[in-house]
Amino acid sequence: MSRKVIVLGETREGQLRNVSFEAIAAGKTAAQGGEVLGVLIGDSVQSLAQEMIQYGADRVLTVENEKLGHYTSDGFAQALLAVIEQEQPDGILFGHTALGKDLSPKIAAKLGTGLISDATSISEENGDVLFTRPIYSGKAFEKIMVEDGLLFATIRPNNIEPLQKDDTRSGDVSSVSASISDLRTIIQDVVRKSTDGVDLSEAKVIIAGGRGVKSGEGFQPLKELANVLGGAVGASRGACDADYCDYSLQIGQTGKVVTPDLYIACGISGAIQHLAGMSNSKVIVAINKDPEAEIFKVADYGIVGDLFEVVPMLTEEFKKVKAGSL
Amino acid sequence: MNLYVLLKRTFDTEEKISISGGRIQEDGAEFIINPYDEYAVEEAIQLRDEHGGEVTVITVGSDESEKQLRTALAMGADKAVLINSEEDLDEGDQYTTAKILTQYLKDKEVDLILAGNVAIDGGSGQVGPRVAEGLGIPYVTTITDIEVNGSDVSITRDVEGDSEKISTSLPLLVTCQQGLNEPRYPSLPGIMKAKKKPLEELELDDLDLEEADVASKTKTIDIFMPPEKAAGRVLEGDLSDQVKELAGLLRSEAKVI
Repeated sequence: MSRKVIVLGETREGQLRNVSFEAIAAGKTAAQGGEVLGVLIGDSVQSLAQEMIQYGADRVLTVENEKLGHYTSDGFAQALLAVIEQEQPDGILFGHTALGKDLSPKIAAKLGTGLISDATSISEENGDVLFTRPIYSGKAFEKIMVEDGLLFATIRPNNIEPLQKDDTRSGDVSSVSASISDLRTIIQDVVRKSTDGVDLSEAKVIIAGGRGVKSGEGFQPLKELANVLGGAVGASRGACDADYCDYSLQIGQTGKVVTPDLYIACGISGAIQHLAGMSNSKVIVAINKDPEAEIFKVADYGIVGDLFEVVPMLTEEFKKVKAGSL
Repeated sequence: MNLYVLLKRTFDTEEKISISGGRIQEDGAEFIINPYDEYAVEEAIQLRDEHGGEVTVITVGSDESEKQLRTALAMGADKAVLINSEEDLDEGDQYTTAKILTQYLKDKEVDLILAGNVAIDGGSGQVGPRVAEGLGIPYVTTITDIEVNGSDVSITRDVEGDSEKISTSLPLLVTCQQGLNEPRYPSLPGIMKAKKKPLEELELDDLDLEEADVASKTKTIDIFMPPEKAAGRVLEGDLSDQVKELAGLLRSEAKVI
């Protein structure tokens, strides 16, 4: 059965996020030959429509309004519901991002439908669309489908391969008008804490520190390594509880669950609660003084040694490797 | 203030997971209050102590959930409600739980509902916003600070590491993020008192709900463990050689840089 599937395009600092392209690819699987419709919501998003088409959307709808410059659940829900009303889709896909997590349950409750959150893969079997998603923070997985009605899911960043960008693709871009009123939550200010703009959940490379970093300053060599590799810095609960860093960096069963291409664990022992948050990373490197540390059991490569010695050496080595590859 | 906390009983974070007969094996596992819901309980208690009123903790679960409700009462909550769905429902999803909670709350005088931003077992984070939508009240997710002044509310929320400052008003639902507070341990007198605090038990019938009203919208087909990772390689030799080897391996073998 072919379906009409809506994919919400999400922006960060004026650019479409990778997860939106990944969601388009998932949309293709869900649509089964039907139409994949990109949706862009904001105060000025028209210019991004073409890129959604290049990544596989057949058509793009925009909802533009000055009240939509910042995400609010009320504003974006009104905009999206106007699109849903007009298009009557069979499926809706969001990225499982802060925005996607916040907005999707509201839309599902409004429509009285199910919602599959945080899907890491999508497949089709005998006409049914099946999603796989982690449970117990990745200690196990479930395969799940919608019983009937709307196919609604959020897609975890970094897990589904986006389609190859095709500059020659074209498609219709049109606008949908929605009246945006009665915003009950008002954003007064946004304080940027993430310095380099690489978000943990989308980062391809994560350098994480544990109790072994010993202090806030101890994160400095990790940051330098992250900079060289274009990655983000994360932390274990131990490091957060000891106040070496902000809780927003925490990776684990409480905290963020991440699946980067490369995860370098520095001075992290590997408590179950931390492993749950990172053990599905593609490649794991462990650096720890204690050769018996649990983290070595999930690591692809390990170095037994003092992180303050090893990490700066790695930074230098990667600088050389990177320079050599240019 | 009438404060309500939505609470879930979950596996302890230190538990290993195993599967038998297509289900997560629960025998012998330790259960706790979902850690994010603990922040909600703590914040509700602090807000009550500051503004007066009452904290009611609610869970949808089974007889066994009473233990976690009693823990919340021992922390300082005033009343607990256990909506026992065990006999009526085999399976439920977030639609189910949200529908039941909404039905319970819809005729209550609610000022503020607090929930965890996600449960560490199911991990969907849907129930809070769904309940808010069902009740027709606004919500703010992943909060790290809240101040209530009359009916005005100022909130800081975590958005992928950045902070948003938000102003809104009661009635409201919030979901709690790490960093909001340090949940207290129940004191011994608290534990004694909790035994006598009211714990109301309800079934779907008491809420005028039929099984069909709350039937799952999704169906789990299979539960499985992630593929076992083969033990990796611990490098050997001179530290500087190890570092060179690692960089080389990441480039040529793992192809991640």
